[in-house]
Amino acid sequence: MLIQTLVTGLAIGGIYALMAVGYSLVFSILNFSNFAYGSIIMLGAYVGYYLLMKAGLPLAVSVAGSVMGAAFLCYLNERMAYSTLRKRNAASLYFMISAMGTAIFLENLVYATIGSRFYAFPEIITQQNITFWGASIGVLDVFAIVFSFTAIYMLHYFLQHSRVGIAIRAASYDMQVCQLNGVNITRLVGWVFLLAGALAGLSGMFLGMKYMVYPTMGWITNKAYIAAVIGGLGSLPGAVVGGLILGVLETLVSTYVSSVIRDVFSFSLLVVLLLVLPTGLFGKYLEEKV
Amino acid sequence: MRIQTKTDLASLACGLTLYALLEGLILADIIPPYWQLNVIRVCIYIILATSLNLINGITGQFSIGHAGFMAIGAYMSAIMTVKLGLPFLVAILTGGLAAALLGFLIGLPTLRLSGDYLAIATLGLGEIIRITILNISYVGGASGFMGIPKYTNFTWAFLLMLFTLFFIKNFVNSTHGRACIAIRENEIAAEAMGVNTTKYKVLAFTIGAAFAGVAGALFSHNFYMAHPTSFTFMQSFDILTMVVLGGLGSMTGSIVGVIALTGISAYMADYPEIRMIIYALLLIVLMLFRPQGLFGSKEISLRIFSRLTGGERRGAAQGN
Repeated sequence: MLIQTLVTGLAIGGIYALMAVGYSLVFSILNFSNFAYGSIIMLGAYVGYYLLMKAGLPLAVSVAGSVMGAAFLCYLNERMAYSTLRKRNAASLYFMISAMGTAIFLENLVYATIGSRFYAFPEIITQQNITFWGASIGVLDVFAIVFSFTAIYMLHYFLQHSRVGIAIRAASYDMQVCQLNGVNITRLVGWVFLLAGALAGLSGMFLGMKYMVYPTMGWITNKAYIAAVIGGLGSLPGAVVGGLILGVLETLVSTYVSSVIRDVFSFSLLVVLLLVLPTGLFGKYLEEKV
Repeated sequence: MRIQTKTDLASLACGLTLYALLEGLILADIIPPYWQLNVIRVCIYIILATSLNLINGITGQFSIGHAGFMAIGAYMSAIMTVKLGLPFLVAILTGGLAAALLGFLIGLPTLRLSGDYLAIATLGLGEIIRITILNISYVGGASGFMGIPKYTNFTWAFLLMLFTLFFIKNFVNSTHGRACIAIRENEIAAEAMGVNTTKYKVLAFTIGAAFAGVAGALFSHNFYMAHPTSFTFMQSFDILTMVVLGGLGSMTGSIVGVIALTGISAYMADYPEIRMIIYALLLIVLMLFRPQGLFGSKEISLRIFSRLTGGERRGAAQGN
């Protein structure tokens, strides 16, 4: 029972970590909360569902399609809603309002065009179990854990070793100095949103398989924001650790206490953590600089 | 007499005249019932929008959980009138106080940090309050709180709206309000000048929450019931759109925003998705082309008239 709970928790935590990393990546560069991220995840799940069920493509191709589709949409979102603000050096308040508008716009666009129906992935994918040390573990959970960690490791490798990755890390410390050193910031921000979108596509696919595909599924990113705060806003290792901690704790609470108070618990955790440890576990921004 | 008092009295007179005019039209049934409801809605949303404007526009924080405070006010006041049989005024006050207390408790840890923490915390808060209410059977749970008497009428809504407007206007013009504006303009500079930034941020947040609670009380006593689905994030988003459309920091802007968007939603009542798409596009386009909203942080005031007639130029200058 405990092993099963832990595996489920790690699987959910892995998905939270994916979303939190995507969110933190944008936050570390542009310093604002990208509330549109949830709707990109939702659209990624729809793309994956359509490729798999309507176009009849194999699962691997659908996942790849969902990743690419979400990456493209995330890039498009930046181009249309944020790039003008960025060039104007607008306050982060305006970015957040714009992001929120995008989130509501995309969600209601889906309502108006596709409808509010819930779409479920076929049971062959979602319901298989394997027995492991006497505990029955969902294949999907194992896949979610493996794929989340592979994706996060690939991102980590990319950020550590590629030219673009190094530029992204430099820009997260100081965008202006980075620009003075000859980095094309517009292209860099494009890269950041493409990477964040790719993670959104992957997490959207897993969320869709685990729960269902529906217009408001993007609001689960609330949990990713909480995970990012637990780890420290803008810190990528923090987002991973925060996501895992939140996923495991939530699953433990819903298994051993009550599933009703699960969301209340996550939020209370956030408030308590802000009181005792405002920077989060790996926080790098607390003091504002003049 | 001080210029401030003079303009206050003039605005009050205008407000009361408007009240008499509208109440007369309602009593004479010249305004059809559907639009009477919308007039009350406008009053309630003006309370909500100006109180959110105090937090988001005047103090420059970013709260997106206003519907949560509204829900607290709505349910607390309904408990007072339905379960305890207390008068409406007591219920409104309790609703406001309960929301203020919650605002204080949430604001204290989150407002010490940068704006994003508050945004995330209030976003979560709205959902948590809704989920908590869903699971309390004492207040009806998922089926909603039924049988709330309809105490809210145009008089209550308008007079409370007038009170809110005067309270917030005078708050903004006071020492405390100036401190809040200083925080918005530059928090570090304000702190360096000796402004206790956390104190004023929490103060503005608590006042904003209190008025949201008052509006919630009016809201639940207007529709015979309170339902958790009335207080989702979409409700907060509606209020935010009104404030941003009018201009963050402008009270008169918020009023214009409320009237414009309530008008749109009255006509679009049958197409909720299209309405939200319009709202969302409005926000995105505003951010791209006119981020300061319709009015910026300016106010329309009665002084415009004296300026037009050229009379009070000298007096207005002295007042500043």
